[in-house]
Amino acid sequence: MNNSVAKEKIVSLRKKRSLEDMRFKYYGFTAMCLSLAVLVFLLYTIFSKGYTAFQKTIVLLEVDYNQEVLKLTPDSSDEEMEKGKFFRVKKQAIENFFPDLSKSDIKLVKKLFSINVDNEIKDYFLDNPEVINTKQQIWVTAHSDVDQLLKGNSRRDVPEDRRKLNDIQLSYVDQLVEENRVKQVFNNFFFTKADSRHPEIAGVAGSFMGSLFTLFTVFILSFPIAIGASVYLEEFAPKNRITELIEVNISNLAAVPSIVFGLLGLGVLLNVFGLPRSTPLVGGSVLALMTLPTIIIACRASLKAVPPSIKEGALAVGATKTQAVFHHVVPLALPGTLTGTIIGLAQALGETAPLIMIGMIAFIPNIPTGLTEPSAALPVQIYLWVESAERGFQEKSAAAIMVILIFLFMMNAIAVFLRNRFERKW
Amino acid sequence: MFFWSLVLIAVGIFSSFIYGRSRIKLNSKKQGTKSKSLPTYYAQYVLMWCLFPALIVYFSWAIFQEQIIQNIVISNFEFIEGAVYNEGLLLAEIRNVANNPSFADGKSIEIINAASHYSSLRQISQISFYTSIIIIMLLGALYASRKLKPEFHAQHKIERYIQYILIFCSSVAIFTTIGIVFSLIFESLRFFAEVSIFEFLFSTEWYPFIPIREGQTAAEGSFGAVPIFAGTFLVMVVAMCVAAPLGLLTAIYLAEYASQRVRKTVKPLLEILAGIPTIVYGFFAFVSVAPFVKAFGQSIGIDASPTSALAAGMVMGVMIIPFISSLSDDVINSVPQSLREASLGIGANKAETIKKVILPAALPGIVGAFLLAISRAIGETMIVVVAAGTAPNLTGNPFENVTTVTVQIVVALIGDQEFDNPRTLSAFALGLVLFVITLFLNIIALQIVKRYRERYE
Repeated sequence: MNNSVAKEKIVSLRKKRSLEDMRFKYYGFTAMCLSLAVLVFLLYTIFSKGYTAFQKTIVLLEVDYNQEVLKLTPDSSDEEMEKGKFFRVKKQAIENFFPDLSKSDIKLVKKLFSINVDNEIKDYFLDNPEVINTKQQIWVTAHSDVDQLLKGNSRRDVPEDRRKLNDIQLSYVDQLVEENRVKQVFNNFFFTKADSRHPEIAGVAGSFMGSLFTLFTVFILSFPIAIGASVYLEEFAPKNRITELIEVNISNLAAVPSIVFGLLGLGVLLNVFGLPRSTPLVGGSVLALMTLPTIIIACRASLKAVPPSIKEGALAVGATKTQAVFHHVVPLALPGTLTGTIIGLAQALGETAPLIMIGMIAFIPNIPTGLTEPSAALPVQIYLWVESAERGFQEKSAAAIMVILIFLFMMNAIAVFLRNRFERKW
Repeated sequence: MFFWSLVLIAVGIFSSFIYGRSRIKLNSKKQGTKSKSLPTYYAQYVLMWCLFPALIVYFSWAIFQEQIIQNIVISNFEFIEGAVYNEGLLLAEIRNVANNPSFADGKSIEIINAASHYSSLRQISQISFYTSIIIIMLLGALYASRKLKPEFHAQHKIERYIQYILIFCSSVAIFTTIGIVFSLIFESLRFFAEVSIFEFLFSTEWYPFIPIREGQTAAEGSFGAVPIFAGTFLVMVVAMCVAAPLGLLTAIYLAEYASQRVRKTVKPLLEILAGIPTIVYGFFAFVSVAPFVKAFGQSIGIDASPTSALAAGMVMGVMIIPFISSLSDDVINSVPQSLREASLGIGANKAETIKKVILPAALPGIVGAFLLAISRAIGETMIVVVAAGTAPNLTGNPFENVTTVTVQIVVALIGDQEFDNPRTLSAFALGLVLFVITLFLNIIALQIVKRYRERYE
């Protein structure tokens, strides 16, 4: 009797305990799933907000390249053509865009077109000078407000005063849609243009080049210095206080917030050395100091992984220590170092705060061509677009994020490839 | 200038190497003895003497040229009596006119004169730059070539030089730290000369107004950083509330329960989370989480602002999950297997073993991981800049707008920077606080982890 009660107690306790065990396991499982779910949701958000930026809206516009309006003749030289009065052609085309437009409506219709339309009309003419004195149907870029409306990113059911387009403009847009005079095509501007105040012609080309120049500077500065430092610390440094100080320094630098590096760049590189503001040279130098610990740690690890027998073999046949290290140990550690360097560069690519500090946040509407030219960088460009009140920039920021993520993914893939292909297990 | 000087230096490297090699071969042939070292070492010797002095000149020129030219231009500028000049603006104007003559229309004659002075100085500087680089390279090569004798131990010299280069490389880390500390302290001292340190650390009013006109005093702004520290703390607490349980439980699951296959797939995925740039998290916070928090606040009757501590903190928590989970994973894995086996052996199940044996044993390491995560959260910038707001509210309500140390640094330094007002300088004082706190947290954390590792080794 007593025995069976005790047995029951034990059984129920065991059940309880194993339930507890199960529950704890599921807590862990749920936590893991939640973390991954956030990752999926994050990527989904970026994709769903950003994919529309890869398309732009274009409008069919009938342009009359009348020689009198243009103030050109069929045998004008190229220079004269450059100076043709294309804005007058555009004005005329917009006035005749819909039949019987009133003066106030012309103003409204004008706002349906991008500021870039002048250039597009001109470029079309310069490419085909024979169209003078003919009427041409050409597709030109629509204003961002129209673009956002047709992509469904801005809503038409809010009150008129909170909309970018008023009721009359909406009705015109609807008319265009009905007459098939608008369509959406691949947005080449996004990949060929730099930043702009106008969302429809803003692109990532400028900031992308800026980031490339910055990464180039980072690589040029940090790779040799990191190899030098690691080789010294691993192979040559005597065990003393100075060496220890250097090591503590490196590990502490790895933990310093990135914005503090930005302050270093501002306080020392810009204010003391007077290097040019907003340039990839300064941005790259700051980021190089920041990525240095990452690369040094990777390089030291791969130097450590090279078996001592290799160095000893070299020493045994009469090489000096320097020769043994530089001819035999360093080449074998190079793949691992390169992997670490690429990962460091990937980190540097995503850094925003230090670049803001050294002024790479300035509005740069052209594509940089050198290290000492003011330029933007991809992450800062994303920040500028996120902060922008203009609706059209939101999809741009998400699309720019896609670009940077693809870039990061490729860098990491290369790093993994290098590791698998070249790293030797001893 | 940049490109052609690189070409010049490349030519110098190439020719000095070739020269050194052929010269030593010639010399040893002449004397009929074999040289002490291989010919390449002599070549490298000449190369180093040709290259390094030239590089030093190159960098100092690049760094100081602009400043010196500007000083000369300004000191020769014909100031008009009584007019007020802003030196920075004036220089910018002169440079603009010099670089782009079409800007000269409508500018005063002094500026146009200064601009032509500026461009002529630049030209002189360019020419003397190239000539001095060439001369220095030749001098270096000449000095080295006099040593090119067979009895000279070139290899010893080269190896000594390599040592110096390596030592220089490793001391870059020290220079960086010194640079950080000095630039922070130097500018902070200028800040504390105008604002008392007690006001900064203990006062609760943060209104960093800049004096707009001459005559207004800087004291009109007030620089009490307590609301900023409080905001930083609040965001950090929210972040840790998200990251600590999720990260720790994930680590426990991966270390103790998950199969090898799950580990192999999940760990890289978490690493993706760690590798995403912080501005991307900022975007996510701004676009998805902040509107959600606002809607949620309204549904429970709290008036939430569009940017809030909660939104920023939650996203920041997500950002540091992989940080905590990978560190805790390491720590849990380094708990000796014998402890696990002993606990299981006396009949405890897995959950009991984890809760009563492994976690207590791993506790110091986990605390270390949390401290590192906290220091990461405090130093994080982009998420809070985008999602936490800039209003210095002293509040404990996570639905409200708060501001953090990093946000205020960014706000103070965006736009035109004049280093003569406390608003700009306050960024460096805040940076100093940030640097000291993160350094402190890191040192403690690393100590704890180190001591923990030693216990089980």
